[in-house]
Order: sequence, then C-alpha cells, then structure tokens
Amino acid sequence: MVNTFTKSVPKSHYVGPGAAQEVVSRTLSVLVDNEPGVLARVIGLFSGRGYNIDSLTVTETEHEMHLSRITIVTRGTPNVIEQIKHQLERLVPVHHVHDLTLEGRSLERELALIKISGRGEKRIEALRLAEIFRASVIDASTEHFVFEITGRTSKIEQFIQIMTELGLVEVARTGIAAIGRGPSSQ
Amino acid sequence: MARTMSGAEIVIAALCDQGVEHIFGYPGGAVLPIYDALFQQEKVKHVLVRQEGGAVHAAEGYARSTGKVGVVLVTSGPGATNAVTGLTDALSDSVPVVCICGQVPTHLIGNDAFQECDTVGITRPCTKHNWLIKDVNDLARVLHEAFYIAKAGRPGPVVVDVPKDIQFATGNYVGPSNIAHKTYKPRMKPEQTAVREAVDLLINAKRPLFYAGGGVINSGPKASQLLREIVRLTGYPITSTLMGLGAFPASDKQWLGMLGMHGTYEANWAMHDCDVMVAVGARFDDRITGRIDAFSPGSQKIHIDIDPSSINKNVLVDVPIVGDVACTLEDMLRIWKSKTPQLDKAAHKVWWKQIDQWRAKKSLSYKNSRDVIMPQYAVERLYELTKDRDPYITTEVGQHQMWAAQYFRFEEPNRWMTSGGLGTMGYGLPAAIGAQMAHPKSLVIDIAGDASILMNMQEASTAVQFELPVKVFIVNNQYMGMVRQWQQLLHGNRLSHSYTESLPDFVKLAEAYGWTGMKCENPAELDDAIREMIDTKGPVIFDCRVATLANCFPMIPSGKAHNEMLLGGDVTEEEVEHAISEEGKVLV
Repeated sequence: MVNTFTKSVPKSHYVGPGAAQEVVSRTLSVLVDNEPGVLARVIGLFSGRGYNIDSLTVTETEHEMHLSRITIVTRGTPNVIEQIKHQLERLVPVHHVHDLTLEGRSLERELALIKISGRGEKRIEALRLAEIFRASVIDASTEHFVFEITGRTSKIEQFIQIMTELGLVEVARTGIAAIGRGPSSQ
Repeated sequence: MARTMSGAEIVIAALCDQGVEHIFGYPGGAVLPIYDALFQQEKVKHVLVRQEGGAVHAAEGYARSTGKVGVVLVTSGPGATNAVTGLTDALSDSVPVVCICGQVPTHLIGNDAFQECDTVGITRPCTKHNWLIKDVNDLARVLHEAFYIAKAGRPGPVVVDVPKDIQFATGNYVGPSNIAHKTYKPRMKPEQTAVREAVDLLINAKRPLFYAGGGVINSGPKASQLLREIVRLTGYPITSTLMGLGAFPASDKQWLGMLGMHGTYEANWAMHDCDVMVAVGARFDDRITGRIDAFSPGSQKIHIDIDPSSINKNVLVDVPIVGDVACTLEDMLRIWKSKTPQLDKAAHKVWWKQIDQWRAKKSLSYKNSRDVIMPQYAVERLYELTKDRDPYITTEVGQHQMWAAQYFRFEEPNRWMTSGGLGTMGYGLPAAIGAQMAHPKSLVIDIAGDASILMNMQEASTAVQFELPVKVFIVNNQYMGMVRQWQQLLHGNRLSHSYTESLPDFVKLAEAYGWTGMKCENPAELDDAIREMIDTKGPVIFDCRVATLANCFPMIPSGKAHNEMLLGGDVTEEEVEHAISEEGKVLV
C-alpha cells in the first residue's frame, strides 16, 4: 500500500475533519478480483460508512486474470475522499484504487439510451437535435425513436434536458467509464 | 504434495498445519462431517461452549492472551448469526479470529432451507474478509489464506462458510505456502523520511507525550519492549488507551494512567496541553478524544498505525507513519540513538512539574467506607491480593470495566482482555474461559457486573466441563451502573429500566452449575474472602456486594474537552445534572 496522505492538512487542529472543507466530486477507478460478493463489499462499504455514490460502473475487464474495474463517482470533502480510498484499499480483493480526478487528465464517458415518443413537428425536431449531438437512432417506428448517445456526463444531461420537451419517455444510462490519458496503464 | 481427502478432513489438516491446538465451537446439522473428523483425531482439542456467541468471545480471549489466532467452529443459520456479535467485537478490537461455519448443501443455497442464512452476506460488514466455498479443491487454500488475513496487518476476524456437501466431497489438500498474497500486503516497514521527521519532532518537543493503543499489543511482545525502551530513553510521559493497558508497566514513574472519558486527570490534561504527541497503534476513538475540535489543540501529532485508514480518520495528524509498531519503534530508536540529541531539559522539567501538579489532584481517589464495600476498593483489593500471581483479567462492560481499568494495574501485555470498541456485555466470562484454556495454570479473573454476567452465564457450564478454574468477581451494585450513571447525567435521574429487580442468588447459581459460590458485603471481610476465592481449586463466582449508587469518575462528559473533566471528589448532584450540554446529549 502506498503511503498517500493529504499533505496540505492544516496544522491547527481546531478544525474538525470535514469541517470548513469544500465538497468535491471525484472519479475513483478500483481494480478488483472478480470474485463473488466483491461488488457487495465495495457498495456495502459506501452505505455502511455513509459515503455517497453518484455513479457506479462495473464489469470484468481482464478475463484471463479475472479482474474487474469498478468506476465510482463519489462526493465528499478531501478528507472524506482520502478515507474512502484507504477504506477501499483495505478490502482484501482490491488490487488498487486510483483517484482519476486527482491524478488529472482522465477520460470519462457515459452511454445513454433515450426513448422519444410522439408524432409530427416535435419528432422531426428531436431527430435534428440528435444529429447535432451525434446521437444515433438504434430503433424507430412512426411513433418513436430510441437514440444512443455517448459522451461526457454533462453532454448527456444536456441532451436529456432538451429531449424532455420533445417527448422523452424513458432513459437508460450506463454510468461513467473512465481511464487515464497517455501510454501507461495504472 | 497434494493429498486427497474429504472436505471435513481438509479442515482438520489445515488446522493442524496452522498449529491450532484449541478450537471453540458448537455442533449442528450442517457442520456434522467436520465434527465427525474432529472425533477421529486427537491433535485439535475442541471446547464445547453453550452458545456460539460464547465461542467467539472465548476465541478472542484465547487470541488476546496468547497472540495466536482464535478458532471457532459453528453450524449454519442460528449458529452463524449467534457468532455475529463476537465477530463484530473482534473486528472493533482487531482480534485475529478464524470462524468456520457449516452451511446447507450447495444445491440448497438460496432455497430458504432449514437452518440456512446468508452467512457471507450477514458477516461481510463484521469481518475483515469472508469466503463461501463452492469447490472442495479451494478449501485448503482458502483456509490457509484465512489464517493469513486474520493475523496479517491489522488483525481481525474472518469467516469461512463451508457447505455440507463440500465437507463430504473428496478433494486435494495443499499445505500452507509462502507465496505472497496477491492483493493483501500490509506495509510493515515505515517510510524512513516520516520516521526521521517524527524523531526530530520528538527531540525538539517541550511538552511531549506518548499515547499507546491496542496496536502495540497486537504487534507482539517485541513492540511492548521497544515502547518501554523508547519511553525510558526519552524520559517522556506516557498514557494509553483502554486497549493499550499493559503495553507499558503501570508501576513505572513515567506512566500517567489511562486517558479518555474515564482516564486520569494527569493523562487527559497532558494530552490537552502537550506540544508533541506520538500515537502508537491507537485510533483516536471518540472515548479518547472527547470533543474533537478541542482535542489536544496545540500539539504536533505523530501517528504510527499499520492501517492507513486509521490515519486522519478522526483527527488530522502532522506526521503519518504507516507501518508495524515494532518495526517503526525500532527505526525510531535507531535514528534517535544515532543523533546524540540535545533535549530541552529545562522545558521537560517544567512539563514534569506540571504533570506532578495534575497528579497531586489524585483523580482516582474516592471516599472509602467502613460499612459498605466501595466498588473501587473491591477492585483495588483484588489487584493487591492477586498481583504477585501474574493474573489474566477479563471484564464485562460497564462501570466495573472502567473501575477495573483504573484500579487494576498491568505490568505486561496480553494480560488484559476487555471489549473496548464494541462494548459487548457478556464478553468477560467466555473470554476468561478462552484465556484459561490457553493458560491452564494461571489465575484468570473475570471482573464482572451483575447485569453483564447474566448475558453469557450459560458458559459457566463450559468451565465445569473443561475443568477451567476461572474466577468471576461480580462487582454487584444491582444496577446497570453505567446506564444509570448516564441517566443521572442526561435524563434528569429518571432511571428507566436500569435496575434489575430480580437478580439471581449468585451463590446458588454458582452451585447449580457446579461452581463454588461466595458472597461478601463487609469491607472488613473482603481480603479474606478474596484470598479464599484465589485458593479455591475450581471455578468461583464471587458476589461482591458494593455500594449501589457509586459512580465512575473522573469523567469527561460527552461533548466536552479533556480540560473539562468531572472529578469524583468534588462533584455535586447539580453539577452532574448539568454536566452535559444539549449538543453533548446526542453523542453516545
């Protein structure tokens, strides 16, 4: 385990942990053994200790080694985030935890499937906007479209907001998958 | 070389290869094949408890008094759920325990079968790790891994859930291997720059303080030796947590006593006023810190812990050191000795003078009585009359536990076993049984309360069956004393359900179990009665009737700082009633 502690902690201890610190959003990439119950361990840790999960994505990424990557978007003060990382590293099947936000320049993408229902002008407008957002039509009838859109969360949020006015009836999202830039792996 | 045998035989073979001599358990349908294998061998001795919760506490007492891993064997369903409190207790206090549970056969899992429960699901948050075995060929490897995880790094409990068909199935046995674990590799050697920084801080300290915790004891006897060495070399004062008692000898002049909610005046004030503090294997629990924003406000803090998640959890520290206590203290000593440090002797003299003034308050003094046994006096006499026998002490939870911590004095590690983190009433008797099993010739005493002892009273029967001469010294005030004390502090003296109206006759109860029962209510007879208890061959319940309304002081009321302690001598009823603010009342 790496000895990583926030070095910028105030030297005065009249500030309790968490107090007067800003809440930040962080994307954590957790590499784990893909064994039964591993996801339950991770999410149980979050619920048991009162941490937040904004988004969670998990699937096996290295089949021969049975490794899964869990990508978690969480919120908390820097001290809480540090606790979350150390608590995750304590779980036996966890290989390592990377704070992609802190390590910088990470790529984050999300995929959403969005169903629009309706006829007439709104339907045409939806199709036009979908083109602008580079969403593709993967199912259609005279009364509906299903769009597939990939991108950063903010882009998807924006697309959904626009579609709300144009007959949006259902949304399915994958949650965030994230990876560091550059040639090296983590 | 791999050998072929049944799953049940694999369990026994793995226990033997791990050097296990004693296990604590209770049989049942889903674990019968393992019990059958146990029956057919003589290496592993099984201690039959009377309830599975008792098995885990006994294993904890065994583990904490020896430094070995405690082993538990229980059946599925209620066997496993009864073990949950003990497992949680072991997790809180970092006690290495391997709990093997029977489970319904693989094909019935998820079917709501008889005595089925989701053992790995239920025990996931109360263990360090757990496993459900689905292939008999994994069993041996997982069992060896279980022992490794239980004792490596910060120790803790683990569960191995073994379905009944796996116990019958034939598979390959592999012995323990020395191959490094693929993910769990706790850091033992500390980062040298951090250690150097810590030594420099210590050298330049004007008002230094060592603060030792249970981690020193968990690190092993060498850690306690090194702690003694560095504390004596520096000449600095030392305090400890409830869990750390015995890491440093209580008879030493540098010892300030325990700190925290019921700690001594000198320990808490020293913690509040120090300028450099070294936390050694301690975790800044709320019982230690009191009001967190007023905890040791002017100090630079060094924190040595093997668990990185303990650091900066409750209190932000200046020098975090991740590593084993013994490894770290060894490095600190080496660096210190290589420096020939120039200490600020004048400042240290002032500091010790200040400490002596706090000591002069005699915060553990109490008003003794000729008519009734004061509970503090009872523990003091018990200590004086047993100290030459190197006793092992366990406790239940409550006022008696704090009095035991305050008035019993420990010179060596692994002699003191109490439920510190979880605060489990009913811990003491089974823990004493476990400790006695490991140290059959030693004097083992459970300092108990009248309410707590009833929570695992059934284990008295275990002591008889295995000829374990444990002594249960009940500090009997007929109340749940600590609950009552808090009701006095917080709830206008409305003593809601903290009085046990129909306590058993403990002497007769003892006799019913085949123990010796004794009772004492006269201070003048106490010494003789305690001597008689010690000299009695078998197990004894000693019903020590004490002053019913005595409270446990000194005390930092919840929500208050270390320099706002209540002392026993001068506290008025009104002060007790107003000791805790509205904000403090919501704290536990």
